Amino acid sequence: MSPPAVTGTFEADPAPSAPGAFARAALTWEGGASAGDYVALLKPRVMSLVVFTGLVGLYLAPGALHPFLAAIAVLCIAVGAGASGAINMWYDRDIDALMTRTMNRPIPAGRVAPENALAFGVVLAAGSVLLMGVAVNWAAAGLLALTIGFYVFVYTAWLKRRTPQNIVIGGASGAFPPMIGWAAVTGDVSLAPVLLFLLIFMWTPPHFWALALYRAGDYAKAGVPMLPVVAGDRATRRQMLIYTVLLMPVALAPCFIGLSGPVYGAAALALSLGFLAHALRVNVDRRDADANNACAKRMFGFSILYLFGLFAMLVVDRALGIGW
Amino acid sequence: MSRAEERKQFERRRRGRNLALLAVLAVTVVLLYILPFVRMGGQ
Repeated sequence: MSPPAVTGTFEADPAPSAPGAFARAALTWEGGASAGDYVALLKPRVMSLVVFTGLVGLYLAPGALHPFLAAIAVLCIAVGAGASGAINMWYDRDIDALMTRTMNRPIPAGRVAPENALAFGVVLAAGSVLLMGVAVNWAAAGLLALTIGFYVFVYTAWLKRRTPQNIVIGGASGAFPPMIGWAAVTGDVSLAPVLLFLLIFMWTPPHFWALALYRAGDYAKAGVPMLPVVAGDRATRRQMLIYTVLLMPVALAPCFIGLSGPVYGAAALALSLGFLAHALRVNVDRRDADANNACAKRMFGFSILYLFGLFAMLVVDRALGIGW
Repeated sequence: MSRAEERKQFERRRRGRNLALLAVLAVTVVLLYILPFVRMGGQ
């Protein structure tokens, strides 16, 4: 894997140093990095969704795990996801510098040296997998390693810059956490965690394409072949609608395999109809494209609420214990 | 920004990084210390 060339703008070297003052290099790279910059490398907002879905997988799995080991499992999922984010930022530093949304990230902004970000990501990735294996079990550790590897090698290095299906296939990496949580408790994988995987997998395309619709200019500038850039807005909106329709039975399926009861079923139906309404509006409202893709922005916001809502309701349903 | 201010900012950020690293190492040591007791207790 050959890393892309650095094209970002880095902080200018400070004024000539007085004798005995700091090394100039220290002030340009590491001098600019705060602990917060290293936290930013972990993509904390993405991590929150990953941790939440992993936690739900852990909660829904049959059997029991010592609370201390459960906490370690969640920590490993969070750190593993963060490590993937840091390695992704290292690899994508050239295109991040070109996009408005990402140009202030620690590497393109010149606050963290690329090699430090890579080392940070690799150490955390290896540490999280090893700790998961030693503390919890090696099935969960293997799935965590697969998730990190899939995100870094399959999505970031292979698909992202080559195909508009990048987030469809690459979305699998974001869908593994509930399966990891489940495996942490049971030591294996059954139909239920596969269903939770499918739920996130089918949710990812309409979620990301809603973002891509109103960030298409950014992606085009960076040469990332997102669907709106390659196929246009109209085809993207149609694809979003198709995936949203296909997502509905997957969202309701936990009721049919005994993973959840009527409380989740009612919530999943309401949330899915809401998501479908957004997808229809994105397709029907022709003024939307002129209005800076306002409907797409709303759908993107709702998509996050939708996934959080579905997973939260799985927990509520289980806690209430109301059967059919 | 003057040289003195740059130096102050550099030291503040470096202290922050060092304290964060210290916290991470301390948590890791505590986790790894408790872990064998929990694992053995479960068997």
